[in-house]
Amino acid sequence: MHRRLIALLASAAVMALGGGPALAQGKSVKVSDGVVKIGVLTDLSGTYSDLAGEGSVIAVQMAVDDFNAQNKSPFKIEVIKFDHQNKGDISANKAREWFDTEQVDVIVDLVTTSTALAVMEVAKQKDKITLVSGAASTPITNEKCTDTNVHWTYDTYALANGTGRAVVKQGGKTWFFLTADYAFGHSLEKDTSEVVTESGGKVLGTVRHPFPGSDFSSFLLKAQASGAQVIGLANAGNDTINSIRQASEFGVTPKQSLAGLLMFITDVHSLGLNYTQGMYLTTGFYWDLNDQTRAWSKRFFDMKKRMPTMVHAGDYSATMHYLKAVLAAGTDETKPVMAQMKKTPINDFFAKNGKIRDDGRMVHDMYLAQVKKPGESKYPWDYYRIAQTIPGDEAFQPLSKSRCPLVKK
Amino acid sequence: MEIFGVPLNALYAQLLLGLMNGSFYAILSLGLAVIFGMLNIINFTHGAQYMMGAFVAWVLLSRFGVNYWLALVLSPLIVAAVGIVIERTMLKRLYHLDHLYGLLLTFGLALVIEGLFRVQYGISGEAYPVPEALTGGTDLGFMFLPNYRGWVVVASLVVCFATWYIIERTKLGSYLRAGTENPKLLQAFGINVPLMITLTYGFGVALAAFAGVLAAPIFQVNPLMGSNLIIVVFAVVVIGGMGSILGSIVTGLGLGLVEALTRVYYPEASAVVIFVIMAVVLLLRPAGLFGRES
Repeated sequence: MHRRLIALLASAAVMALGGGPALAQGKSVKVSDGVVKIGVLTDLSGTYSDLAGEGSVIAVQMAVDDFNAQNKSPFKIEVIKFDHQNKGDISANKAREWFDTEQVDVIVDLVTTSTALAVMEVAKQKDKITLVSGAASTPITNEKCTDTNVHWTYDTYALANGTGRAVVKQGGKTWFFLTADYAFGHSLEKDTSEVVTESGGKVLGTVRHPFPGSDFSSFLLKAQASGAQVIGLANAGNDTINSIRQASEFGVTPKQSLAGLLMFITDVHSLGLNYTQGMYLTTGFYWDLNDQTRAWSKRFFDMKKRMPTMVHAGDYSATMHYLKAVLAAGTDETKPVMAQMKKTPINDFFAKNGKIRDDGRMVHDMYLAQVKKPGESKYPWDYYRIAQTIPGDEAFQPLSKSRCPLVKK
Repeated sequence: MEIFGVPLNALYAQLLLGLMNGSFYAILSLGLAVIFGMLNIINFTHGAQYMMGAFVAWVLLSRFGVNYWLALVLSPLIVAAVGIVIERTMLKRLYHLDHLYGLLLTFGLALVIEGLFRVQYGISGEAYPVPEALTGGTDLGFMFLPNYRGWVVVASLVVCFATWYIIERTKLGSYLRAGTENPKLLQAFGINVPLMITLTYGFGVALAAFAGVLAAPIFQVNPLMGSNLIIVVFAVVVIGGMGSILGSIVTGLGLGLVEALTRVYYPEASAVVIFVIMAVVLLLRPAGLFGRES
C-alpha cells in the first residue's frame, strides 16, 4: 500500500514537472518571439566593471540556469550583454536597438545612474521592463520613477540612512563631503546630509571632484582644513579607493575619520584591511551572512574568482523573480508580469520577504557592516562584521515621502 | 593673509600638489615629445606603457620580492623591451605614411594592452606599498608633505632635465636632432639611423614606465590608470608644441600648477581647464607655446 502511494505520488510529480514544459504550472506560457531575452547592460570595461561588469552577466546566467533546472526549462531563455561604458546616450541607443530589433524583454543591472535613468525612459516608451541593480540614486524611484522598473538592490537613501546614522551615533558630529560630480554623487551627498542633520550632526562643507578622478589630494586637503570629524566619501569604485589611500598618505586619517558611503566588497578587497579597518558601510548583501548566501557565493566564486558584490547578488535575485513571474503569469507581456512581480513576495538568499512597492522600490533588509581588523580576518574574503540588520521598512525611504507620481496618496 | 578668500597657506599647499601632478605630466609628455620628434609617431600607447610600468613593478614585488628601487630600474627596461618589439615589428612599417596611421595603430595597441590587463587583474587594481625609506611625511607648517610625494617631484625633475641635457647639449643628442632633420644625410655619415630610432622609441617608452613606477605607490595600480591620464598629457604636448623637449617639461609643470589653482577656486572645472587652455593656444599659436612655425 505504502509503495503504491509513493509510486502514485512520483508519477504525479513526473507528470507535473515533465509533462511538457509549457504545462509546468498547469497552463501554457505564451512567450513573444518564442524566447525570453534578457539584456545585461553594464559597465564591462570601466571603473565599475568589478562591482558589476562580467560578474553581473555571470549572476544573471546563474539565475537562468537555476530557473531552468528547477522548472525543467519551461520556455527558451537567452542572455545577451553589452558594455554601456557608463554613458547615458550609449545605453539609451543600445536599449532602443535591443527592444526594437533584438526582441529583448527585460534589461538588467544598469550600473551608473545616468545609464539607468536613460534606459528606464526608453523602456517606458517601449513598454518593457528594467531591473536596476547597479545604480543607486533615489530619483530612480522618485521624480523619474516608471511603472515598468524595479530598483532592486540598494539606493543612496538606504546607504545614507545606514552609514550616516551609525557614524553620527559613534560621535562623528561634523561632516565634510568629498563628492563625485554627477547625479549619483549629488544624490548620495544630499541624502546623507539630511540624515546627518536629522541625527544632530552638522555639515561643514563639500567639495565636488570630476568623475572619474585619480588625484584627490587637493580635495582632501580642503576637507582636512575644514576640521570636520568625518569626511563623507560620496563617490564609488576607484574614486573611493584612491580617496582612501591618499587620505592616509596625507595624514588626513586617522585624525579625521572617513565614511565610505558606497563601498563594495571588491573595494575593500583591493585596498586591503590595513586601509579600511574599522570603517562602517551599508550593504544589501554579504556573502558570509548565512549558509544560503555562502552556498550561492561559493558557486559564484568558482566562476569569477572573486566573491560577489551586492549588485551581483541583486542581479541574480531580480532575474529569478522575473522569470518566476513570467512562468506564473503565463506570458512575457510587461503588464501581467509586472503585476505578478509586485504581488509576489521575494524570498531567496538575497531577500527575506522582500516586496516591490508602487514606486518600483524593492524593499528588503539592509546590513550595517564594520570592516574587520587585519587580525580578526580568519580566511580569504572574511572582511565584515555585521553590526546591525536594518529592517527594510526602516532602511528605505518611506512611501509616504515618495515624490513618485505613481504613488497614490 | 588671504588671496581671493583662500588662506595663503592653503594656496601654498595646493600649488605644491600641482607641482607633484605637474611632474607626472612633464615626464610623460617628455616621452611623447622625444618619440614624436624622432619617429614622427603620435604614441597613443604611452598611457598603456605607463600602466605597464606600474604593473611590472607590482608583479616584480609580489611575485619575485624585487624591491621598489630595483623596480625603478628594471621595470622601465622590461617595458622598453616590449616597446622595442612593437617598434621593430609594427611601427617601423608606418614611418613613411601619414601621422594618422601611427596614431590609429598605437591607439589600437593601447586598447588591446589595457584589455588584456583588465581580464587578468580586474579593474579595482592592486595596491603597491610605499617603500620603507619614504613612508611618513614632513610637516611643512602649511601642509603635511608625504615624503614619497617629495621624492616623486625630485626624481622626475632630475630625469626630465637630464633628458633635456642629453638631447640638447651632448654629441649623442646632436645626432638625434640631426636624425630628425635629415636622416638620409646622417646615415651617409655612417650613423646607424634605424638603430637610433629604435633605441629612441625604447627610451621614450622607458620614461613612461618610469613614471608608472613612480605612480604605483600613490595611485591604485589598475589597468585604466594610463588612459585617464594620457588625454591630459596629450593636451600638455599640444600646448607645449609637438616635439619640443623643453616645451613639454615646462608646460607639464606649469599646467600642473594651473590645474591646482583651478581646484582651489572652482574644483568642478579642474578636469577641463587644461583643454580650455589647449583650445586657446591652438587658436593663437597653432604650433604650441614652444613649437616652431614651419
